Amino acid sequence: MKIQILGSGCAKCNQLKESAEAAARDLGLAYEIEKITDFKEIARLGALVTPALAVNGKLKLVGRVASPEEIKPLLQES
Amino acid sequence: MPGLFTPYEWFARWATERIFGLDPASRLGSSVEFFLYDVPKVITLLVLVSFAVGTLQTWLQPEAVRRILGGKRLFFGNVAAAVIGIFTPFCSCSAVPLFIGFLKGGVPLGVTFSYLIAAPMVNEVAVALLWGLFGWRIALTYIGFGVTLAIAGGMVIGLLKLEKWVEPFVWEVPAGAGDVTAMPLRARAAEGWRSMREILGKVWPYIVGGIAAGAFIHGYVPGDLVMKWAGPGNPFAVPVAVLLGVPLYANVAGVLPITEALAGKGMPLGTVLAFTMAVTALSAPEMIILRNVLRPQLLAVFIALMTAGIIAVGYLFNVLL
Repeated sequence: MKIQILGSGCAKCNQLKESAEAAARDLGLAYEIEKITDFKEIARLGALVTPALAVNGKLKLVGRVASPEEIKPLLQES
Repeated sequence: MPGLFTPYEWFARWATERIFGLDPASRLGSSVEFFLYDVPKVITLLVLVSFAVGTLQTWLQPEAVRRILGGKRLFFGNVAAAVIGIFTPFCSCSAVPLFIGFLKGGVPLGVTFSYLIAAPMVNEVAVALLWGLFGWRIALTYIGFGVTLAIAGGMVIGLLKLEKWVEPFVWEVPAGAGDVTAMPLRARAAEGWRSMREILGKVWPYIVGGIAAGAFIHGYVPGDLVMKWAGPGNPFAVPVAVLLGVPLYANVAGVLPITEALAGKGMPLGTVLAFTMAVTALSAPEMIILRNVLRPQLLAVFIALMTAGIIAVGYLFNVLL
């Protein structure tokens, strides 16, 4: 599974990355994490506000940081 | 006249006299009373306003806004964009993806600009502070002038047809479309709560620090000094206030209490409004970020329009009052 964190490297993006990693670890998922900072790529994935979380190229969460608990179901459904 | 904040006045007077044993008429006493009155009042308003806006915002996710504004025409589109901007503050780090997403979603350039101007300028922190420190009339005036500037600025950019000065890659990237997720009311309120805590956690030190500085000015800085430099007699006070506001991005919470103390000593309110607008709407980091998608010419037009507009608002308000 490819977890993608979208954002131009602000503090919130790092918080979201940590939450997503914690969620994936708790679920015992095999994952790789990718930070997307390029505006063109962010636009292509369809995010209008950052930070955002995408899984395998599909947008799951936009515009805010979420807790690992909130991210778990988003990872499970992918 | 007893009002919404009368209990806060009682508390400040009581604490100044009984807890600190100070005479409110003395310099130190009046500073302490100013601080004890303003901090709880401003924090209360910030909690209320940011919770309300955070909840309302869930109906106006950027996806939904893009849908509403897509294909809208000059004027009506600009009005809609500016009004929606009141309820949807965003962080400047999102300005670029929003800009690309709106243009690709069929929102005209001028309408996009109306939104980009109104959204950061009319934000919950500025409104709550203006309300708490200067009263609801000034807060409403600020919102009114902010929306007007956003409509006018976006219309000028739309009428000048400046699409050619948008960086070409913006038109070329394929843009995906996200979904608008349905939310139950409880989840919307939870989101409002979360957003309120986030804002409060970030700005409270600025509020306390700013009000402490304001309290010092209130008690110790002589009024004629303020009148000399920032009073109605200085014709350059408005442009100077605007220039001072540009580098103070995100510190509106820290600087507004200082302007309140200055206003109490004779600085005109139009100068205060212009200063606040410069802090929120003309931030250096946002301009640098927008340079990614705007050619220097368009960025210059945008900055010039905003600067002229804000200075005009300051003078207009000073003349009218």
